[in-house]
Amino acid sequence: MITAVVLAALATACAVGSWRFTTAAWTSRAPRLAIIVWQSLGVAWGLATTGAMLAYAVQPYGMGVLPGLTAFIQGERPAQAWDALHVLALIAGLTSLTVLVAVLLTAGVQALRARRRHRMLLALIARDDPGVPGVRVLDHPGAAAYCVPGLRSQVVVSEGALKLLSEDELAAVLAHEAAHVRERHDLVLLPFAALRRAMPWSKVVADAQAQVELLIEMAADDRARRYCSPRRLATALLRFGTAGAMPTPHGMLGMHAQNVMARVDRLIKPGPELATPVRYAYIALSVSLVTSTPFLWVFQL
Amino acid sequence: MDILWAGGSALTAREVGRLIADRDLAPTTVMTVLDRLTRKGFLERTRDGRAWRYQPAESRDAYIAELMLEALDLTGDRSAALTRFAQAVSGPEAEILRRALTELEEE
Repeated sequence: MITAVVLAALATACAVGSWRFTTAAWTSRAPRLAIIVWQSLGVAWGLATTGAMLAYAVQPYGMGVLPGLTAFIQGERPAQAWDALHVLALIAGLTSLTVLVAVLLTAGVQALRARRRHRMLLALIARDDPGVPGVRVLDHPGAAAYCVPGLRSQVVVSEGALKLLSEDELAAVLAHEAAHVRERHDLVLLPFAALRRAMPWSKVVADAQAQVELLIEMAADDRARRYCSPRRLATALLRFGTAGAMPTPHGMLGMHAQNVMARVDRLIKPGPELATPVRYAYIALSVSLVTSTPFLWVFQL
Repeated sequence: MDILWAGGSALTAREVGRLIADRDLAPTTVMTVLDRLTRKGFLERTRDGRAWRYQPAESRDAYIAELMLEALDLTGDRSAALTRFAQAVSGPEAEILRRALTELEEE
């Protein structure tokens, strides 16, 4: 019983923590750390929520979640008889666990498929430009620069973007995209996008995804500024933001201006580094979140 | 693919092979490539006597537009398939950015 209560408390703490964390101000000063905190919150929340239900469900066995589930699958009879509540908890727990895993897998497969088609089309349509070696160029007047992640990632720039940016700015944009490729930011984004699709009604999940999207951009900006002038990166950002690349079909661009300005501001005037003790405190928090939940899955308190 | 787009009409594998004059390709190679593209849905083919006539399923511009929509994340599903540099902004918000840009350029 204690295990179930502790796991439920952890799940609640993660949910409340995520909700508070969506408005944290320090994240733009240490985007990488913030991404790690988000990831550990996500993992811990998922494991704690499903774990709490399952821990209660396998209580008749008098074992931890994992040993209890194994015993259940092997068809052992529990020490105490099943009652309706435990059966209900078992169904709920297994369902949500399956949904979580299924959603993650589907998102992964969908992203892979979308990328494969995108790559095929690029191979047919895009051209190489001697001015920008290693980059695929798309003949379109709109401004776009992006990367198709994968084992062999491709950076793509549109004709419009080449016209829009100066040489230094283009170098800055390419450095930014190279950072995405290097740090595999698509893998960071994937679980959050999947969770959002699974729980479209949850504002916290939507905010979390938006936050993580912004944070990976900031992390890529940080890496790019080592290789190029941050000012050029900032002007490139603003030029992109104002380019009005394409007529927009949905009224969903509300927060992008804020995001662009936030990124520009920290490129021009970087905030002070996060104090070392605070850094370590957050790292410790993440580590304990990620280790405690699996621990509670295996052992019974 | 470029040849088929430029041609405007459906071509047979033999005609395509003749048009790729700069590279000496075996007719079977051309046929394999056309067949593959058909299976992936990029080409459509119709029977013409003993040969197949191939034509693009969509125009080149339609494919470019598809890529750009995905690139700018305008498909509406906020997919995590790509990572993008920055998003465009419209209306009064663009004005804020424009002002910031002029300020930065003047400094």
